Amino acid sequence: MTAMCDVAFLLLSFFVMTATAKQPEPKPVDTPASTVIDKLPEDGVATITVGDKQVFFTIPRASRRGTLERISQEKGVSFTEGEYKAFENMEGFGVPLNQLKSLLSKSPAVRNAPGAQVGIPYDTINDQLTDWVKQAREAHKAIYEGQLQEGKINAEEFGKKADLGIAIKGDAKEDFMTVKRIIDILQEQKKNRFFLITGLRNKDF
Amino acid sequence: MAELNTGGGGGDGKKVRSKKSNPGVDLTAMVDLAFLLITFFMLTTTLSKPQSMPLAMPDKEKTDTDPDMKVPEDRMMTILIGKDNKILWYMGMLATPRMEPTEAKFGKDGIRKDILKNTAYAKQHTEKADEGLIVNIKASDAASYKNLVDILDEMAINKVQLYAIGDITPEEITLLTDKGLY
Repeated sequence: MTAMCDVAFLLLSFFVMTATAKQPEPKPVDTPASTVIDKLPEDGVATITVGDKQVFFTIPRASRRGTLERISQEKGVSFTEGEYKAFENMEGFGVPLNQLKSLLSKSPAVRNAPGAQVGIPYDTINDQLTDWVKQAREAHKAIYEGQLQEGKINAEEFGKKADLGIAIKGDAKEDFMTVKRIIDILQEQKKNRFFLITGLRNKDF
Repeated sequence: MAELNTGGGGGDGKKVRSKKSNPGVDLTAMVDLAFLLITFFMLTTTLSKPQSMPLAMPDKEKTDTDPDMKVPEDRMMTILIGKDNKILWYMGMLATPRMEPTEAKFGKDGIRKDILKNTAYAKQHTEKADEGLIVNIKASDAASYKNLVDILDEMAINKVQLYAIGDITPEEITLLTDKGLY
């Protein structure tokens, strides 16, 4: 009995430590099912969430600060150190740039309340999603360029990792045209390969 | 196993002598709980990894397309997605189709049979063993994102090697409207 108890608790602590807590999302979506069972790469992937014609963007943690620095430079908006910290800890977001400061000042619970975020503008007149994706890709690339110069990775690895992967997480009921617009935005910046996040479908479909 | 014996009780004036006992605690409930939690964490960690479907789109700015390049009409299938989860497909060019536009549903008994049939048809019309069906997927404004994923899933199920997502033309929208699918 004692041995069994020991093993059980050893395994329990292992699973508790390896488990990653589910991050709260500003927009929960119901993804369509598919039989393809490829897993999404664990790191180096930014996610664009689409639901109710609203778009949310999740940047990998390592590239978050770099992305906001680049956006701040390009758009001429300055952020305080506290706001950078808040942005780094924020999982996904979906607000126009002029509301970002007020979003960062709120607590995570308020931020992720339904309806608190209205989505990133992505229409042709005010296309902020393009800027975010572009800056996130540049920030991601800059990290690996730094590592390449320091000799931590070789050129082959750099080629594999330097381009930020993009995953589209769309709601099953979303209009095709909304998703098509996102695909067009990605293609405009020569991002022709990406992932569609799907759910599991049983085999006899 | 496992009971905590406390000595004494039946002393009766004699010298109180503590009985030699086996100090053990009942672990059954604790182990039960531990295994329950293990099961929970095991299942949640493996199931929470999101699944994904890789999608490669053709480069938009490619300008080296040869206008004289012959389209293999016998191997080209176009799938149009209309409203209410309905599909219209045809083989060849729209003006001179090899197979007339046909309506189909999603699923095992609908579009999948047609794709398999057309794959066989395409194989008959080519000498090369590695050449098969080419599918052009065109979704209309009335289609939903689920429709797109479903049709991409059919491509994966039927192992169609060449497929692309294209823009729908006004003629094809007219065709869908005529059939009452737009």
